[in-house]
Amino acid sequence: MTEAISVQNLAKHFDNVEAVAGISFAVERGELFGFLGPNGAGKTTTINMLAGLARPDTGSIRIGGIDCTTHPRAAQHLIGVVPDESNLYPELTGFDNLCFCAALYGMGKAERRTRARELLETFGLLQAGDRNFAGYSRGMKRKLTIAAGIIHRPEILFLDEPTTGIDVASARQLRKHIADLHRLGTTIFLTTHYIEEAQRLCGRVTFIVSGRIVGIDTVEHLIQPIQTKHVVQITCANGPSDMLKNLAEDFPDLEFTLPGQGLIRVESDKAVRVGELVRFLEDHGIEVSEARRMRPSLEDVFVRITGIEADTMHKEKEKKGGGP
Amino acid sequence: MKSWIAFWNILVKDMRTYYLKPPNISWGLIFPLAWTGMFFIKSGSGLGSIPTLLPGVVAISILFGTTSLLAVTVTFEKKNRSFERLLLAPLPLEILMLAKTSGAVLFGVANAFVPVAMAAWIMDLSPIAWRLFIPAVFLISIASTFLGLFIAVAVSEVFEAQTFSNFFRFPMIFLCGLFFPIEKLPMFLKPISYVLPLTYGADVLHGAVHGEHAIPFSLDFILLGAFCIGLFFLSLRNIRKRWIV
Repeated sequence: MTEAISVQNLAKHFDNVEAVAGISFAVERGELFGFLGPNGAGKTTTINMLAGLARPDTGSIRIGGIDCTTHPRAAQHLIGVVPDESNLYPELTGFDNLCFCAALYGMGKAERRTRARELLETFGLLQAGDRNFAGYSRGMKRKLTIAAGIIHRPEILFLDEPTTGIDVASARQLRKHIADLHRLGTTIFLTTHYIEEAQRLCGRVTFIVSGRIVGIDTVEHLIQPIQTKHVVQITCANGPSDMLKNLAEDFPDLEFTLPGQGLIRVESDKAVRVGELVRFLEDHGIEVSEARRMRPSLEDVFVRITGIEADTMHKEKEKKGGGP
Repeated sequence: MKSWIAFWNILVKDMRTYYLKPPNISWGLIFPLAWTGMFFIKSGSGLGSIPTLLPGVVAISILFGTTSLLAVTVTFEKKNRSFERLLLAPLPLEILMLAKTSGAVLFGVANAFVPVAMAAWIMDLSPIAWRLFIPAVFLISIASTFLGLFIAVAVSEVFEAQTFSNFFRFPMIFLCGLFFPIEKLPMFLKPISYVLPLTYGADVLHGAVHGEHAIPFSLDFILLGAFCIGLFFLSLRNIRKRWIV
């Protein structure tokens, strides 16, 4: 048994809204699995069902080999959950919040105090440990909420939008902590609508739209089919605008465009020989500062598969309180 | 053992966070004092009326103390999502809810002894049958707490919990024989009295304090116990049905 999470035909509706419409997937042990989709796609409902906070209408759930379909809370000891909004106690200090969460998992007093201090240190909150949670900044709250989610060293961690609404530096730190947890062997189920975050962190990703899974694979495999052309972008120190004609004449197999100031975009059905191009430009007095092969991003894949423009996702980011 | 670590810490956290806060302590002192004073003045029969008033004031102190706080410890935590953290813990729901309600039970018991302590200054408490009085106080406190839990689980806003609580609490004051004997109630109200848990608690308290009671004590205790169990499991069923939807 290598599957940490196994879901078959999972469905859930609220009144007339089909929140999750018969989805199936499996997450391997030790995997960092991304669950991507716009707001209202069914990400949080899925997490709630997996975490035992919601009961599916139909389908089956196995967490760590335990059948949670009929007993939604049977695998609670295996999982840690970091919800999309911090749900710690505002009137308790950071340290007391962690100790309390540890006690919920039956940890003894000495062990929970040691573990709480260890996590405060890991997340850079040691100085703020004796301050009330209510007075924490948004980034600090997210960090402490993640620390609370892993206080009992869960085998499987559900992270719901961990970096939403926090500043760039905090988001970077959190991504580092997530990567560290993954390296230590924790299975991570990450929901996010930051596609670039998923691309950076996840081995495999799933796209969910309107409660349905519309794509599931490794990042590489998802990108491959849409990489129909080889693209190189050359950055020049001085203006290459009058070079387009010369380039087209000397390299008839390549297509050239000027997407911006000092930029030349080269597209071809075959691999582009970058050295030849750079030499040609330099021979014509153009100073080349960078030549980069461009690959489609996971965002391009998302747009291709779902038909939802990246702009829509970015607007959602703003609505939820800014991006990382 | 692990469940009991969680149980104890939930109880201690709630006691520190909610029950031992000055507003609650003052509520626990002022409310019974106000009721005692009100009925004492209304009876007009001097200190002799204290033994007949004491059971009612004790019961009301418990009822209001416990039901008010459940709206905070359960409904408020559900509203701000910190209750989710408890639901995510590997604890049987029964243990979790017992932990969440134990603080209220203890608070109710402590509230009960405020009017008793006040009465001790002006009357001789030695005739009180404590072997009946103390278990009755505990059972009334448990039943009231579980009534508060039932209400707290049935609503989603704190103000709804408070409003809904009053729907039960105020009729109970007048229908449970706390201050007016049930026999003297109009015929159509009597059946209502007998489906309210406080009726049986008040009967034991009256019996314990001044010897007058209408129902056998054993039946009072059995019915109070049944109300406790019934309300608790009804609340658990509602949590499973409404909160783990």
